[in-house]
Amino acid sequence: MSIATAIRDRDVAELPSRRDEAWRWTDLRGLIRKLPPPSERFAGELDAGAFDALAADRRVVINGRGADPIEIARGSTAVVAVRFVSRGAGAHIARLTVEVGADAKLQLLETYESDGAALSEAAITITLGKGASVERVVLAQDDAEAVSVSQARVTLAARARFSQTVVASGARRQRLETQVTHPGAGAELRLDGIYLLADKRHSDQTTVVTHAGTDGVTAQLAKGVVRDQARGVFQGRIVVAEGADRTDARMGHHALILSDRAEVDAKPELEIYADDVACAHGNTVGALDEDALFYARQRGMGEPEARALLTEAFIGEVVDRIGHEGAREVVRAWAAGRLRG
Amino acid sequence: MLKVENLHAVVDGKEILKGLSLEVPAGEVHAIMGPNGAGKSTLSYVLTGRAGYEVTEGSATLDGEDLLALAPDERAARGVFLSFQYPLEIPGVPALTFIRTALNAQRRARGEAEMGAPEFLKLARARAADLKIDFDMLKRALNVGFSGGEKKRMEILQMAMLSPRFLILDETDSGLDIDALRIVSDGVNALRAPDRAMLVITHYQRLLDYIKPDRVHVLAGGRIVASGGPELAHELERGGYERYEAAA
Repeated sequence: MSIATAIRDRDVAELPSRRDEAWRWTDLRGLIRKLPPPSERFAGELDAGAFDALAADRRVVINGRGADPIEIARGSTAVVAVRFVSRGAGAHIARLTVEVGADAKLQLLETYESDGAALSEAAITITLGKGASVERVVLAQDDAEAVSVSQARVTLAARARFSQTVVASGARRQRLETQVTHPGAGAELRLDGIYLLADKRHSDQTTVVTHAGTDGVTAQLAKGVVRDQARGVFQGRIVVAEGADRTDARMGHHALILSDRAEVDAKPELEIYADDVACAHGNTVGALDEDALFYARQRGMGEPEARALLTEAFIGEVVDRIGHEGAREVVRAWAAGRLRG
Repeated sequence: MLKVENLHAVVDGKEILKGLSLEVPAGEVHAIMGPNGAGKSTLSYVLTGRAGYEVTEGSATLDGEDLLALAPDERAARGVFLSFQYPLEIPGVPALTFIRTALNAQRRARGEAEMGAPEFLKLARARAADLKIDFDMLKRALNVGFSGGEKKRMEILQMAMLSPRFLILDETDSGLDIDALRIVSDGVNALRAPDRAMLVITHYQRLLDYIKPDRVHVLAGGRIVASGGPELAHELERGGYERYEAAA
């Protein structure tokens, strides 16, 4: 089963389906009757990307073409913006490799921008050398008709640090998956997510973290707001392998459901095979606090404004954790725009 | 100013207010005292329009305008302010942001220009200093991790910033030590004005030594069962609510 094979062979049987446990809430096999033809080369003009002003090194991958490898030399510092753009209703795959040398520092600002009913997959491999540090901010602003899948595989060497915030507004089907392995000792990971979904949009944030070295830290906070008939999916799995002693792993997922017909499916999982570890997870799904809402209205805020203020604050906790200041403010403004409709 | 007539209100299917009538003219401070469960907090929530507090009969008007027909935020824009007995914590929203959003929402509703950031911050600094609130505290999420006394001070700060016309203080003295009580009372007294009125809801007489009322009403069994001058509060302190509860 692989989306890449499905696209290459135009074989729907290769698409992940509800029978695959990891895809049970994002069933592509049941959705796509016939695979679209390969996407054509796109020759038109593009508007500016959300992070263009923040990076000197800007790359654009359109309809799967142009994904040149990113290599950050040992000890150097870089900010790179990468746009994965889909135009039209075809199918395509983009493969990107990112190699960050020892003690190098990279801020990777990534966007997904589809316009139309494309089926796309981005497969990203990120390798961090010893003591390297990467912050990845992903803003997925897909089309309501798109099927968009991004799968990142991240490997951390000893003492490496990886921080990530994935921000998504959903699509017809959208899956943003991150798999992180800490084979080295003392690696640190922050793995955050935000989904703000309206209409019939769907967004799936799936993460799998494997601690294989000792003294690793994982801090994960995901928050979502769903309204209308939207559906949010959060699957977070943290595996602490045998021997990965003194691992500290914390996972939180909290969602607000703002309408009766919206849905959130959450599956937080901790699998612990080591001793002497500190692991915890929390998961809440509920409505906006009516008492807080009344309090804000008693002070003079109209209902829509009070709701927007409280939901922005709810999401703000995750936004505030973004390290790159410019990206943080882009995300904050983007979230405010979505929440205030 | 405020006129309440024969007010009946139901909460969770149970009638709590049973024909309450009350008039508070502009420029006056009235106290409402009563035993626990008499309907004191219900009255404050009915006047401010909280969901779940259903009025089944009677009326409440502010300067002749039907309050009960207005949404909570519309009542606020008309100048109704409730200092909550248990102020809510608002995670993620700095106090300054919350107050400025509220202030400008009220101004827009009244057709006034919004207050800009410099003017707002100047006003906030001055009012916070009056109430001996550290200005840095206003940059923190409103009421999150604040002590009971700090929360009450934040209520009075919001009141001073929003400059309402009709003030309801629901058990504002609870959780305050004697120094905080004096600061809060000074803050409230500073707002006394000929075009303002206040309703001070309290279980104990203590607060009324600091915020001196023009009239005192006893609320028992969902109705006002006795009214008098400030001396009535002292009488209650001595004799308790028992005889009023029996009468209700």
